[in-house]
Amino acid sequence: MAKREVGEINAGSMADIAFLLLIFFLVTTTMDVDTGIARQLPPIPEKKDITDIEINKRNVFIVLINAQDRLLVNGKLMNVEDLREKAIEFIKSDPNNPNLPELEEVKIDGINKPVYVGKGVISLQNDRGTTYGRYIEVQNELVAAYNILRDEAAMEYFGKEKYDKLDEKQQEAVRKIYPQRISEAEPKNVGGKK
Amino acid sequence: MAKFNRKKKKASVGISTASLPDIVFMILFFFMVTTVMREVELKIELTNSDLPDATEIKKLEKKSLVSYIYVGKPRKNFQRMYGTEPRIQLNSAFAELSDIYEYILAERAQRDEAEVPYMTTSLKVHKDTKMGIVTDIKQELRKASALKINYSARKEI
Repeated sequence: MAKREVGEINAGSMADIAFLLLIFFLVTTTMDVDTGIARQLPPIPEKKDITDIEINKRNVFIVLINAQDRLLVNGKLMNVEDLREKAIEFIKSDPNNPNLPELEEVKIDGINKPVYVGKGVISLQNDRGTTYGRYIEVQNELVAAYNILRDEAAMEYFGKEKYDKLDEKQQEAVRKIYPQRISEAEPKNVGGKK
Repeated sequence: MAKFNRKKKKASVGISTASLPDIVFMILFFFMVTTVMREVELKIELTNSDLPDATEIKKLEKKSLVSYIYVGKPRKNFQRMYGTEPRIQLNSAFAELSDIYEYILAERAQRDEAEVPYMTTSLKVHKDTKMGIVTDIKQELRKASALKINYSARKEI
C-alpha cells in the first residue's frame, strides 16, 4: 500500500467563495428595525352597564374623524396641521381661560414646588370608514403634543433637553405633570359604508 | 532635494492580497449575524412604504415577545380566492377576526409566564385600510387582554 502524497489544498478560491456568501447575505439582509407608535388599550370593563362619568365640558378635547378623513375638533372643522398646536394649548391649559381645562395643584416627588396639572382628557373618535393612515396621523399629532410638553417640562424642572434623557424617577415625575390621557370611544358607524 | 530623489528610486510593490479573504470573511460574519430572515411569507400587499408615516415612533424592543398581525389587500395571486377587501393575516395564513383570540392565547402559551406582561402586539396595517377592521381587531385584542399594542409606522422624513 503505497502512501499517496497529500497535496495542499489550493486556498486561492477561498476569497471567491467568501465573496459569494457575502453577496448572498448582503442581498437578503433587512436592516430595518420595527418601529411604531406604542399604545395601551383599555381593558374591557367587567360590568356591562357602564355609567357615564360626568366630565366637565371644558375638560374634554373631542377629536372626531369622519369617513371622509376630515377632522372635527370640539365642534369645529380643523386641519391636521393645526391639531398639534391646539392639543398643546389644551393639555397645558391656562388658569385665566375658562374654556381650557381645570388645573389641579399636585405635589410630585422630585419636584420641590407644587405643580399645576391640567385635568384635560383627549377623546378620540373615528368612523369605521376612516382610513388607517389618517387615524395614525392624528394619533401621531396627539402623541407629539404630549412629547413636546414633556420635553418642555424636562427642561424646566430638571434642566435636560429631552424627556428621554431623564432617569427613571424623573421621567415618572414628568409623566405625572403631563399624563397621557387619550381616550378612544367605542366606534360608531355614521359615515355609511364600511 | 534628497527626499524626492529617494522616492523616485523605490520600485512599486504590489499590494498583498493575502489578507483579503480574512477581511471578506469578517464582513461575511457580520452580515450573517445581523441578518434576520423573514419568517413569514406575506400573503397581503404590504411593503414598508405601505405603512403609515409618523414622527413619534419608538423602536420595538424584545422582538421575541412581539406577535404580529398583518392587515391589507390580498396579493394578486390570492385575489381570486380571497377578494380584494382587506384581510387579516396571522403567521403565514389568512385568518378571520375570531381567530385572533386564539392566536394571542397560543402566542402567550409559547412564552415564559414571567414574560407575558411584556408581550406586545404589532399591528402592521396598510395605510389605506378602513378603520372598521382595525377597530374590530382592537376589540378582539381587548377581549384577549393583549393590551400592549404597537401601530407599526415608518419614520417620517
